[in-house]
Amino acid sequence: MEQTLAKQQVPKRTLTLLLNNLSAQQQRVVYAWAFLVPTIILLLLVAGWPLLRTIWFSFTDASLANLDEFEWIGFGNYLYYEDGEYYGLLTDSEWWQSVWNTVFFTLMSVSIELVLGLLIALALNQKFPGRIIFRTVVLIPWVIPTIVSAKIWGWMLHDQFGVINHLLVSAGLIDKPLAWTADSDLSLWAVVIVDVWKTTPFMTLLIFAGLQMLPTDCYRAAKIDGIPPLKLFFRVTLPLLAPTIMVAVIFRALDALRVFDVIYVLTANNTDTMSMSVFARQQLVSFQDVGYGSAASTCLFFIIALITLVYLYLGRKQVGMDK
Amino acid sequence: MVVSKLKAIIYKVFFYLFLLVVTVFSLFPFYYAIVTSLKSKSELFSVDLLLNKIQLVNYQSVLSSESFLWSIANSVLVASAVVGISLLAAITAAYALGRIEFKGRRALLVIVLAVSMFPQVAVLAGLFEVIRWFDLYNNLLSLVISYTLFTLPFTVWVLTTFMRQLPKELEDAALIDGATPWTTLTRILMPLIWPAVITTGLLAFIAAWNEFLFALTFTLTDDQRTVPVAIALISGSSQHELPWGNIMAASVIVTIPLIILLLVFQRRIVSGLTAGAVKG
Repeated sequence: MEQTLAKQQVPKRTLTLLLNNLSAQQQRVVYAWAFLVPTIILLLLVAGWPLLRTIWFSFTDASLANLDEFEWIGFGNYLYYEDGEYYGLLTDSEWWQSVWNTVFFTLMSVSIELVLGLLIALALNQKFPGRIIFRTVVLIPWVIPTIVSAKIWGWMLHDQFGVINHLLVSAGLIDKPLAWTADSDLSLWAVVIVDVWKTTPFMTLLIFAGLQMLPTDCYRAAKIDGIPPLKLFFRVTLPLLAPTIMVAVIFRALDALRVFDVIYVLTANNTDTMSMSVFARQQLVSFQDVGYGSAASTCLFFIIALITLVYLYLGRKQVGMDK
Repeated sequence: MVVSKLKAIIYKVFFYLFLLVVTVFSLFPFYYAIVTSLKSKSELFSVDLLLNKIQLVNYQSVLSSESFLWSIANSVLVASAVVGISLLAAITAAYALGRIEFKGRRALLVIVLAVSMFPQVAVLAGLFEVIRWFDLYNNLLSLVISYTLFTLPFTVWVLTTFMRQLPKELEDAALIDGATPWTTLTRILMPLIWPAVITTGLLAFIAAWNEFLFALTFTLTDDQRTVPVAIALISGSSQHELPWGNIMAASVIVTIPLIILLLVFQRRIVSGLTAGAVKG
């Protein structure tokens, strides 16, 4: 007992001695870095190093079956020229299809979510009985796991036994059931619908939070002046809300660009709906081509990094809040 | 006067109609999943919006499947472990980032935020290699490690936001008394930040519970799978027979705990989510 106590005290005493020579501020800085060590180590392990390795792999011919032996092939996975023809990711029509799918999916789902989210947030901002219950109800789709929501919608959109086709047919809107997840004109829209259902709550919450932070005196003044609500919305609310909307849109867009689960579960590896993430994983895991898959992942990473930089630039005031 | 009254009534009608449509849109899919899960196999193929009788066959078949029960246990284990690790690391990090002025603080905050934006697939190959080095392929620990990619930046970011909201005076008194930052954090700030820690942990738990890509890639056998992967891989005896009843029963089982969490903690979940995003 006494021995263990002594053992513990020796390093502690040396540490205290060392720290005593520093000013109070310097001491706090030492503590700050010590406090950050676990986080920094963990982030290097799961983010920094794996990212660098993935970028490195994209310049090699590594395969999943044998990850230890590979050769450096430069930009070969991206683009190379042989016998008068170009090859590589940048000439791969399936890759470009997945880029287009991802961009289309992102544009459609984020803009629909923005409109819906804005409307629901404005409704939530009104005082009415059962407001809290409504807020909870609106949040329910967000809490349902993506896989589960993809499965539920997959069942609802089933071509033969799906409730959506059933309702549309009995309402006379269509005369025969649609193959939502298989028809190439519809499948990407099916994915968009599921994503809108699942993530509109998040958009709603962000905009609702922004609405609650708006200054109230503008509205009081507007009420006294008798400005009509629609005019008030476009002239006052929307401009004041613009920064929040900007942040929410970029946040959601970054999320949509890396979409994987919904598409993988709803439509599997179908080229009509394949996103960049689905493409990259298919190359990497299903086809075992780590080099080529990494090249695709790296491209996706740089697209997202670029948008993140824009986001940080726009939100830089908020990052250094206390300055 | 009459016109404006009429206008107000029309406005009210539209308002409540809108609320009704949004409510139906939000709730219907989950309601329909419950209805489907309570049907027998033969009833599945006639579309009914209401139940005439409740049958628990699907629940019996799902809950008697050993691999499904394993997947629930795995999900609970992985999500709890990853939340524990992330919170432990994040509490001290958030204190440093939120309350101590030092060179490189802003850069670190930006890096943490940037990592939370990482597309998971961008680290897939590199992480796969790391997991093979530690010999953790098809081991739940591989998921605990990889999930840190999104839980840790999130917890650090949200807790930093909450740490900053605490008044400066609290710490000044402790500083004058000669308390070290460690004492200040554990004795003074921790008791105040507890509710935020629980909220953040809850949100990280939900994120880890729902994760799919890493779980799909880093595990191979039934006994190591998590719930999302188990549900995604439920298949019938033939390619043409898809057991929708079982899938819906499993879906309802894994979603109910989350909905209960939402009902109990809804106020906190809202504040946690908005602190993580809007202020960030």
